[in-house]
Amino acid sequence: MEDLLVRNAGKADAAQMGAAITAADLQKSLRRPRSLFSFMMSLLTTGLTLVALVPLFSVVYMLVVKGMHRLSLSVFTSLPPAAMEEGGGFGNALAGTLIMVGIAAAISVPIGILAAVFLAEVGPQTKLAQLVRFSAKILSGFPSVLAGVFAYGAVVLLTGGFSALAGGVALSLLMLPTVILTAEESIRMVPARIREAAIGMGTTPTQCIWHVLLPTAMPGILTGVMLAVARAAGETAPLLFTALFSNYWPVHDGRPALMQPTASLAVLIYNFSSTPFENQVEMAWAAALVLVFLVLAINLIGQSLSSRSVD
Amino acid sequence: MIDTAPQAQVIMKTADNNAVIDCDISEIYYGNFKAVRDTRIPIQKGTITAFIGPSGCGKSTVLRSLNRMNDLVRGFRLNGHVHFQGQDIYHHNVDPVAIRRHIGMVFQQPNPFAMSIYRNVAFGLRLNGFHGDRNQKVEEALRGAALWDEVKDKLHKSALALSGGQQQRLCIARAIVTSPTVLLMDEPCSALDPIATRKIEELMIELKKRFTIAIVTHNLHQAQRVADKTGFLYVDTTQGGRTGYLVEFGDTQQIFNSPREAHTIQYISGEFG
Repeated sequence: MEDLLVRNAGKADAAQMGAAITAADLQKSLRRPRSLFSFMMSLLTTGLTLVALVPLFSVVYMLVVKGMHRLSLSVFTSLPPAAMEEGGGFGNALAGTLIMVGIAAAISVPIGILAAVFLAEVGPQTKLAQLVRFSAKILSGFPSVLAGVFAYGAVVLLTGGFSALAGGVALSLLMLPTVILTAEESIRMVPARIREAAIGMGTTPTQCIWHVLLPTAMPGILTGVMLAVARAAGETAPLLFTALFSNYWPVHDGRPALMQPTASLAVLIYNFSSTPFENQVEMAWAAALVLVFLVLAINLIGQSLSSRSVD
Repeated sequence: MIDTAPQAQVIMKTADNNAVIDCDISEIYYGNFKAVRDTRIPIQKGTITAFIGPSGCGKSTVLRSLNRMNDLVRGFRLNGHVHFQGQDIYHHNVDPVAIRRHIGMVFQQPNPFAMSIYRNVAFGLRLNGFHGDRNQKVEEALRGAALWDEVKDKLHKSALALSGGQQQRLCIARAIVTSPTVLLMDEPCSALDPIATRKIEELMIELKKRFTIAIVTHNLHQAQRVADKTGFLYVDTTQGGRTGYLVEFGDTQQIFNSPREAHTIQYISGEFG
């Protein structure tokens, strides 16, 4: 009782226990210290959130200002300009990026999903699973330049030259852990009752995984794949050792060629941004804008896939 | 009167031997935990057999051991045997997948797959490599589950858009499309409202013409309304753990109107549980 009195003593508007409550007691008021504190904290979090948006928006703003005016249909169809040349584009670099990311996905997605099936369903508690999970986590923080060094040793030296294939292998190393870990998580997230329903229907373990678990987990798996693709598309370092660069289209005798040096947007930006030639620098800005939009588009696709997922 | 009584006894006994499922469990363990002991329940063809009892008495465990769903639980071990049409389903030569195709199951939570209504029902057909007229089979199953009229115009819409009661009837359709011999139902109405529950109960009475049904239920009235035979399980705490066992098994009428065991009497009259 004494306690109560002490607590109420300081409050001018405090309703005494049992006393009638007036309308003013229930109204919002910033004059109460706790309301004021709460309001200030909301303001602070909103402010800091806006600060976090500054880098992203300033980069995009910069890219739009510097790159937009060089963007036209012709940059997608032309080859990069030489040193003193006017005009030009980066059609071959965009094609190269798409090809190498495609190769990387073709390698990492099947391996990653099958590994995830093992981790989530076949032998989740085995030593092998623990080892793979540990390695995938280490690999996901792997410096990307080392993926390039690995692919240099494993593909470039073996095949005797820089190539889109080597670039794709390097990027696949960066994608693999993301695909494995997100796919494992997605398969695990399939509710136990769905698994029970399948097994209760008399599915073999393989049928359960193939017909029920993977389709149910697919939106989550695809989201992971998209995140991995978006990361790989923007990587520069692993491509410097593997695909190098090329001023020409990735074709040979009229057919797509994977075994020759290949241009990519990221390496084009890296090369051109440090040249003294204005045309090339502007091309780098435009290419950066396209790359950012590409990554953004892939991320948005990934998000729309995950929002389509079912409970 | 004196003459007919032993005769009835004899008929009962032969019928027991002809049970579709003769469940004779000595012990079920999960690891070191003894979950169930001494439970013998013969399930007769074309009847509904209900398992009732307080929470934790092992009635779901017993039901799930009838189609080897418990194999999924780590450390599960069964002493005794479960005969399905004369074959011990726990014999090491028996494939649990094959058992589950003959003994279907409907679960407590409606659990349709995240696919269309049609594909949910056709799932079992696909598993079994059925190449006949799938549309006809699906329609038959949906009619059998009293759901056809409600979904015939949206067969290719997601099953998850259905109400809880509809989803549960869809799960029943999914289970019966492959014509299993037995249908196990693990508290199929506990997640549903009374109207949906009543529909499922009517459906069960209809289904027992074609299938043998075993149902676990918390709802004593439900057991009285639908079941031909009832088994009452109770928890034995005298040996340290909480071990479920069969107290009494018989005709539903007898269990509810003239139970023999003290525990049954208390439970039926609502003194505990």
